[in-house]
Amino acid sequence: MSKVLMKGNEALAEAAIKAGCRHYFGYPITPQTEVAAYMAKRMPKIGGVFLQAESEIAAINMVYGVASAGLRAMTSSSSPGISLKSEGLSYLAGADLPALVVNVQRGGPGLGGIQPSQSDYYQATRGAGHGDFHMIVLAPASVQEMADLTMKGFDLADKYRMTSMILADGTMGQMMEPVEIRESAPNQYDKSWAVTGTDMKRKHNIVNSLSLDPYELETFNFERYERYRKIEETETMAEEYLMDDAEICVAAFGIAARVAKNAIVEARRQGVKVGMVRPITLWPFPKAAMARAAGHCRAFLSVELNMGQMVDDIRLAIECSRPVALCNRAGGIIPSSEEVYKRIMEIAQNGGADK
Amino acid sequence: MQFKRITLLSGHYGSGKTNIAVNLARRLRASNENVAIADIDIVNPYFRTKDSQAELEKAGIRLISSPYAGSNVDLPALPDEVYSITDDRSVTAVVDVGGDDRGALALGRWRDAILQEGDYEMLFVINCFRPLTATPEDAVEVMREIEIASGIPFTAVVNNSNLGDETTARDVLESGAYAANVCAISALPLKMTTVREELYPWLEGEIGNLFPLRLQEKIR
Repeated sequence: MSKVLMKGNEALAEAAIKAGCRHYFGYPITPQTEVAAYMAKRMPKIGGVFLQAESEIAAINMVYGVASAGLRAMTSSSSPGISLKSEGLSYLAGADLPALVVNVQRGGPGLGGIQPSQSDYYQATRGAGHGDFHMIVLAPASVQEMADLTMKGFDLADKYRMTSMILADGTMGQMMEPVEIRESAPNQYDKSWAVTGTDMKRKHNIVNSLSLDPYELETFNFERYERYRKIEETETMAEEYLMDDAEICVAAFGIAARVAKNAIVEARRQGVKVGMVRPITLWPFPKAAMARAAGHCRAFLSVELNMGQMVDDIRLAIECSRPVALCNRAGGIIPSSEEVYKRIMEIAQNGGADK
Repeated sequence: MQFKRITLLSGHYGSGKTNIAVNLARRLRASNENVAIADIDIVNPYFRTKDSQAELEKAGIRLISSPYAGSNVDLPALPDEVYSITDDRSVTAVVDVGGDDRGALALGRWRDAILQEGDYEMLFVINCFRPLTATPEDAVEVMREIEIASGIPFTAVVNNSNLGDETTARDVLESGAYAANVCAISALPLKMTTVREELYPWLEGEIGNLFPLRLQEKIR
């Protein structure tokens, strides 16, 4: 496929189809509705399933069903809808099922608003549901990454038998950019655990999240966390921008990183040595890149569309060795590059002490 | 290029209607005192005509837009001021209709008045780089859906084929065949070809009825 002009939501949907997903279950909510609309147009033409479920909860449980059969399945929603799916996310984790879940975030809490936000960071990286579990959380910062990380998300989900979440924001979903959707056969992974019928030739598989024996349940948890450790070692992704000689490190993901980049370019023009670490995986968090930055930066500035949910992760990654300041807007407002520039210049002048 | 009293812009969502509407209103203002632009899109949550409010006001163009556009309210409501477009025939109006059949549904409310007066053009905006309308057949399918939803038949086609910032003059030239096909299938004339203003000098004289576009500000 050569380049086309797409909304982030459309690019994500087309990438899912190219990744071999033929089962989409959703429920409309702004600002992710184009994912469902695109799937509704495309799936019937390629022998796939588009189903508008009766609720978000129904949709995530349909994903559970298809994933149990070893097929690639996905659902998408925006913030309030993801909260409804949280029970299903926990069950997917408990049953070790691969799935792709998309959150095109809007402002919260509660019904909140329809403008872009990043305020589900904690939910995605910590509290997606009850029990001990993680999801692989991918944070795209362009329409191209909406597509690429969706494909990557399906692969990681299959490889580690867990949920990959695309944590986008309303702007990423709605903005239009030229994009190239990779054309390649979907990667294949071992799914001998799937419930696909035995033909009376093998012992049947069971996909389930219930363990009556506490010792068995403990074993499952320890095994799962061993897998998580491997993921932290091998799958962490971050972009390091102008970091080689940086004395101030901006940390930002998604749309905030794009705004921050403009501010960094302007501050560099004024002679301030500032760079950026952009987490692409929010879980696993790019601790090593942050720690490296702490080696030569005297201060950090986290730029976020929330009340500063990533700040503690930065502090932990650098073991509180440097001050971490915050430049944030909430409620659906995007910080302007001027606001970010101003904060960078403040830090350049006062050495990074938080205000 | 001549324009009627009311110009209606419709097409697949993301085809570029809003941008063209803002630029067209500015062009019409050069030869008309009383120009209004009405955003009757009840579907799209972001990137609205309202984003150009300050610029439009400065140019002396009246903006008619939902009080909820660009806010946190997801409400398909339109202001009664939209009626001034059909009630007051001294207005030269550009109407930014919502995308696809769902977005165009609201236009049906003004169908009778618009058809009765008959001083209008209904322009179908196309972009061959949008995957869901990448073939002329797919584009015409969307065209028919919009006509059914709005009750107003299209009168001409606007070729707005572009790849955003990466559009080249060659892209625009090559999109001509696609636009000609859409026109042939739908038996409609091509009203104009729109290009961002940086490309205008490269294409002037190569393409008839070329219309330069200044892009709305966006987030980088």
